[in-house]
Amino acid sequence: MKNTISALLLGTAMALSAVGVASADDKVVKIGVLSDQSGLYADLAGPGSTLAAQMAIEDSGLKAKGWTIDLISGDHQNKPDIGTTIARQWFDVDKVDTIVDVPNSGVALAVNNVVKEKNGVYINSGAATSDLTNAQCTPNTVHWTYDTYMLAHATGQALVKAGGDTWFFLTADYAFGAALERDTTAVITANGGKVVGGVKHPLNTADFSSFLLQAQASKAKIIGLANAGGDTTNSIKQAAEFGIVKGGQKLAALLLFLTDVKAIGLETAQGLNFTETFYWDLNDNTRAFSKRFAEKMKNGAPPTMVQAGVYAGLLHYFKALEALGGNPHDGAKVVAKMKTIPTDDPLFGKGEVEANGRVTHDAYLFEVKKPSESKGPWDFYKLVGTVPGNQAFTPLDKSTCALLKK
Amino acid sequence: MQALYAQLLVGLINGSFYALLSLGLAVIFGMLNIINFAHGALYMMGAFVAYFLLNLGGINYWWALIIAPVIVGIFGMILERTMLQWLAGLDHLYGLLLTFGIALIVQGVFQNYFGSSGLPYSIPDQLKGGVNLGFMFLPIYRGWVVIFSLVVCLATWFLIEKTQLGAYLRAATENPTLVRAFGINVPRMITLTYGLGVGLAALAGVLSAPINQVRPLMGADLIIVVFAVVVIGGMGSIMGSIITGFALGVIEGLTKFFYPEASNTVVFVLMVVVLLVKPTGLTGRAA
Repeated sequence: MKNTISALLLGTAMALSAVGVASADDKVVKIGVLSDQSGLYADLAGPGSTLAAQMAIEDSGLKAKGWTIDLISGDHQNKPDIGTTIARQWFDVDKVDTIVDVPNSGVALAVNNVVKEKNGVYINSGAATSDLTNAQCTPNTVHWTYDTYMLAHATGQALVKAGGDTWFFLTADYAFGAALERDTTAVITANGGKVVGGVKHPLNTADFSSFLLQAQASKAKIIGLANAGGDTTNSIKQAAEFGIVKGGQKLAALLLFLTDVKAIGLETAQGLNFTETFYWDLNDNTRAFSKRFAEKMKNGAPPTMVQAGVYAGLLHYFKALEALGGNPHDGAKVVAKMKTIPTDDPLFGKGEVEANGRVTHDAYLFEVKKPSESKGPWDFYKLVGTVPGNQAFTPLDKSTCALLKK
Repeated sequence: MQALYAQLLVGLINGSFYALLSLGLAVIFGMLNIINFAHGALYMMGAFVAYFLLNLGGINYWWALIIAPVIVGIFGMILERTMLQWLAGLDHLYGLLLTFGIALIVQGVFQNYFGSSGLPYSIPDQLKGGVNLGFMFLPIYRGWVVIFSLVVCLATWFLIEKTQLGAYLRAATENPTLVRAFGINVPRMITLTYGLGVGLAALAGVLSAPINQVRPLMGADLIIVVFAVVVIGGMGSIMGSIITGFALGVIEGLTKFFYPEASNTVVFVLMVVVLLVKPTGLTGRAA
């Protein structure tokens, strides 16, 4: 009898406390980091993105202001079906409000639809496709860090203007590669260049020699690598082996991450030109953040631009939450608030979230250092130019986003 | 036409890896009746050992070609002694599950410490550069891979099919009790055979280190194709696995030229066709 009473009391207390959380000023929010945790993009996003999200939660100071912020992470394994299944489960069962990161454009576009359907918040940092803020834009999506338009214009334009007017593409055969090739081709033809051929290779290819031979035979001045991660590192390494650069053709790594350069090694990677929006050694702010970040990473790696974007995107999201004061579960409303506040964070500097969800910030043209110029284990880049934020991304009048036509 | 020659040659290079790996699998399956799913992980370990030898011990590629297979081979023999031997006589499925589990554990441990994008390992100075063959620029290292693996494959075939030791081995798989009665230590021979198969995988790993990234998943990506090669060639057939390895490399290379989008699938299409027409594989005998 005594036990029954105490059990009843306990049950009542638990029920009350549960009600208590729901009825008070609702300051509970749950964030899911959906990423490639073990595949070819795991180093440039993956566990590092989860760490970046944790650091953003700590640095936001929202917890001291009475907010409860939960973080979970998932592995989409680069498969759109797995990505959407996780996203649905997060919204329906785990009551997640916000999904961040999501590298791999194929998965990112699939998850984009789920987030819209569930009216969540989607802060994408990992995916490249510019469709997220064009044809596929939603009122729930914010696209941080980079996209194919930016990569095509910054790197592509610079190379065509430097005389690289014939191109051959090695393209990863999925949404990302197609988008990057499309956007770069537009830039090449607009600047008077010509695309003379291309190959679509399956995602996660180990051996590129067949494709490289075709590129070599095409006699194109530039071989454009519209791929990412392990595919890019293998292409570059094997291109060196086949004497492609020595033969006078130039490689354009349209998308290259810090971790890729590490994997290729400076000996082979030196002299490559490419574009990123973040580098750990840009200024005092980026160095300070990267130092804290690297200390917590298992292999001591500084953040990639994708991981930096997860951090910055969440910081901005938290600013919007704070401005709203509570009740963060209407995703479209939160994103609308994010669009009214100018972005300003230590990693990407000042910018804004445009009406189509695109975040604008500066982009940097880098060149990989020679081994003799590198002073430390991650000292890889030389800054050769800056594209201001308002020129780096799709101009609003050219965006095909339906949100702009109201 | 010139492009075609080049693609054939490139196919042969990839075929070398398929041949070396499927040969090891065939040896292990033929002698131990184990479907060694850990083969990819052991191949990856070979590449990593080469990386460590160079970066921690300053030991160059040539020594790594000998030392890495020995180290990984010893690791394999420990696996055989402590785990695999208890599965002798059980259904294939048990060995498959055990080795698959081992593969996942080994890959997980490496991935945890070294990430997924890989570590650089450069081509040894003696094999840098290339020669212009007229129809293509052949990197010397790739040429070396083809010749070296061909020699290793044939030597292994000779060892098993043509020597006294090989005869004991084949006899021991046929009828272990009888061979034991002749005073031959059968369990030790089986352990050594597993070590040999594993050593071949590690050797392929060292060979591939300068071409591909030294990555924890390098074996996982390859092993499925290699299994298809073994199935096509006929499980347990030594010469069959060598020939199919090279042949499929060439066919894959041609696919990359004519229809690149299908280059990841062509091997499996072939496997389906072969299984439908000749379920024991091209050179396999009916059980």
